[in-house]
Amino acid sequence: MEGVKKYQLTFFQRNSQKIAQVIIVLILILVTSPIILGYAWLILRSFSEDIVQGFIPTKLTLKNWRFLWQNIEGYPSIWKITMNTFLLALGVMVIEILITSMGGYALSRYEFPGRSSILRLILVLHAFPAISLMVAIFYVLWNLGLLNKLWGIILVKASLEIPWGTWVMKGFYDGIPWELEWAGLVDGYSRLQVWRKVILPIAKPGIAVTGIFAFLSGWSEFVFVNTFIFEQQTWTLSKYVKGIIGDFRFVDYGLLTAVGLFYVIPTIVFFFFVSKYMIKLTIGGVKG
Amino acid sequence: MKKFRIPKSWFFLSPMFVLVTLFFAVPVVITVVMSFTDMDYSFEWNFIGFMNFQDMASDFLIPKVLLNTLVYTFATLSLFNVGMALLLSLLTTSISDRLGDFFRSLWMLPRLTPSVVYGLLWLWIFDPTKYGLVNNIRAWFNLPPQDWLHQTPMLMVILANGFIGASMGMLIFTAAIKAIPIDYYRAALIDGASWFTITRKITLPLIKWQILFVTAYQTLSLLTSFEYILIITDGGPIFRTEVWALYTYHTAFESFRYGYGATLSVILVLVGIAAAFVYLKLFGFEALMSKPRIEVD
Repeated sequence: MEGVKKYQLTFFQRNSQKIAQVIIVLILILVTSPIILGYAWLILRSFSEDIVQGFIPTKLTLKNWRFLWQNIEGYPSIWKITMNTFLLALGVMVIEILITSMGGYALSRYEFPGRSSILRLILVLHAFPAISLMVAIFYVLWNLGLLNKLWGIILVKASLEIPWGTWVMKGFYDGIPWELEWAGLVDGYSRLQVWRKVILPIAKPGIAVTGIFAFLSGWSEFVFVNTFIFEQQTWTLSKYVKGIIGDFRFVDYGLLTAVGLFYVIPTIVFFFFVSKYMIKLTIGGVKG
Repeated sequence: MKKFRIPKSWFFLSPMFVLVTLFFAVPVVITVVMSFTDMDYSFEWNFIGFMNFQDMASDFLIPKVLLNTLVYTFATLSLFNVGMALLLSLLTTSISDRLGDFFRSLWMLPRLTPSVVYGLLWLWIFDPTKYGLVNNIRAWFNLPPQDWLHQTPMLMVILANGFIGASMGMLIFTAAIKAIPIDYYRAALIDGASWFTITRKITLPLIKWQILFVTAYQTLSLLTSFEYILIITDGGPIFRTEVWALYTYHTAFESFRYGYGATLSVILVLVGIAAAFVYLKLFGFEALMSKPRIEVD
């Protein structure tokens, strides 16, 4: 019938919600593009002979990865350097887990004079820019004979992360019901045994989170290695990659990206676990 | 007679105290004392009074460094650490949780990536040859490659730091937005409010405390950060991206003037301590410090 017009919405009105969603996703893709393209380039370039349009590979090759089986001239073996980096990361992780799992427990479960001052101090230290103390830390390390040694970096790095780690561990302990502790004490455990045998096993996820973050932060450390390590034999990957960038930029992006990608492998491995956790974190645990 | 016993809590806390003393407390004292010396690589404590502070007042680089620091901090903070963070949190909470989480995860990636590799990505994006990303895009429009490092070095370091800094605000704002009761939005929708009105009249006022927190926290962290600038431009070309923290670093570890470097650090340390205490006052952390409920020793 001609006279009765059907009540019809336009395409845009019918799908306004969907269209809005698509537009939002497009905006997000646009603002995130430097990150997406950057990492795409890093991966693609490292396996290709040359590249067109910025990041489209032309010919696949493994030549860029030659640093794995032969030394780059003027640089020590990558495996030696990787071992150093691993030891540094492991050292930071072990020390931080040890200290923060103890400190966090005391702050979560003991009442003692000065407790709230210590908590306050931890928060102040967390916000405090420790990097501004580098000159003095240099002097301290020199005095302790720890300059140019991995141990020096491990101790500094672990110390600077203690406020953050302690706070996170305290948060995990706070979430464990007191009843478990009471039960342990009733069964005749001492406070120490309760901590070791009852609480620590339950706090494992917290320890894992603190540990992974500590490992990654040790693995990535650049400024302290750059400043406090002088010998090539004690270098870590950050210093190695920085050196390669300095020497081969404009000459061999293939090598740069391959070395860079090699360096971020652990980060990528842990990324999915860590990012999921970080997304759920709120103010307490993220260091800006 | 009751025997004096060392409280068990000391056992748990002592390792923490040792390291915090060694690498926080002692360095603060050393920094202050060292600022009154002209110490160089021979590590001699040669006290010279307030000479360093006088030098600082007449240092011809200081005005430039101060201006750089202000521009860098203000631009990164407003455009990214707060601006982009707000945009990301508003947009990612407007789409499905799965997609939102995906984009938020992507923004976490730079923060977790080793700084030298992340720096490499930006060196490629702004590469002066035709191989760089920006110059590639220019080539589509038949524009010649540009030497970005010499043309817009400050923009480079702002972007590089911004893409890392935005993620902290993003996480905090997202958590805050998700905590807003959905009824508010439903009521607004029934009243016919648009997305912009809802954002301006409901979301933003309800997360203003978080915005304030991120602004305060990130100002301090930007004022003292220099790692990515060191990697990408090293303060250059000719001091155009030299910020205060990086100038401190260069003075101490490239010119080996530890005494003067310490003097420059003292300013940062003072700013840091002041800011940290302001946060505590402002954001009432007491609420987080609930007292333990049992006491057995």
